[in-house]
Amino acid sequence: MNLTSYLALAAILFCIGLYGVIIKRNAVLVLFSIELMLNAVNINLVAFSKYGLNANIAGHIFTLFSITVAAAEAAVGIAILIALYRKKGTAEADQFDTLKE
Amino acid sequence: MTAEFIAFFILSIFAIGGAVFMINLTKVMHMALSLAFTFLSIAGIYFLLDAEFLSVVQILIYTGAVTVLMIFGIMLTKHREESRESKRPLHELFALLMVVLLFGIIILTIYQVPIDTETNSQLKEKHVAKLGEMIFTDYVIPFELTSVLLLVALIGAILLAKREEKEE
Repeated sequence: MNLTSYLALAAILFCIGLYGVIIKRNAVLVLFSIELMLNAVNINLVAFSKYGLNANIAGHIFTLFSITVAAAEAAVGIAILIALYRKKGTAEADQFDTLKE
Repeated sequence: MTAEFIAFFILSIFAIGGAVFMINLTKVMHMALSLAFTFLSIAGIYFLLDAEFLSVVQILIYTGAVTVLMIFGIMLTKHREESRESKRPLHELFALLMVVLLFGIIILTIYQVPIDTETNSQLKEKHVAKLGEMIFTDYVIPFELTSVLLLVALIGAILLAKREEKEE
């Protein structure tokens, strides 16, 4: 097994997540896709931590911090979404256009 | 064909399949379940990469906590109507084109960079004890900052989601 296969898998997952962020209209699904992109980046970190030029365990620690920040981001994102839903009565991302008017 | 290659192949198929289903399914609930499946497969990938602790953390936080949080988000907002089709097919096509272009660039870069895995030193230490020792010695300040970040996120989430008081 070599490094490039893991990097390719991460690239595929990242691109699927990016496509989801662009085309989905439901804001919950946009958050889903962002989580997928973060996971793809974490795979890269762990793969370099095992097969990289200077392989050591620091990559695992970075991944732990990244997972923590992603969890905090998901919690705040859902809270903002629920507050917006209470105001607007919809969860469609393109309806949240108050700043445009 | 080693056992590691077969395991990697199966786990990648599961992960990519879950992600593609997440994009293509119509019911939001099914999307949440297929994304949980993807997270579980990624935990398996971590296990292949000798990151046992991270694998368990991934299962606990992503497949457990984040998915349940997202399901709460789905249930508390309107989810009965299935996700509508985009009114702009041209926009969608353009997005697909750009994403495929980005993917091509990334893959080209990955396969052109000379990474010879023969000479590299592979990760020797794979003990969770070593990981804990490093977190609490070399990375103790980021660790404490993370705890502050989690506290801020907790308070922020409560404040944002709290029902506002009636104005006089």
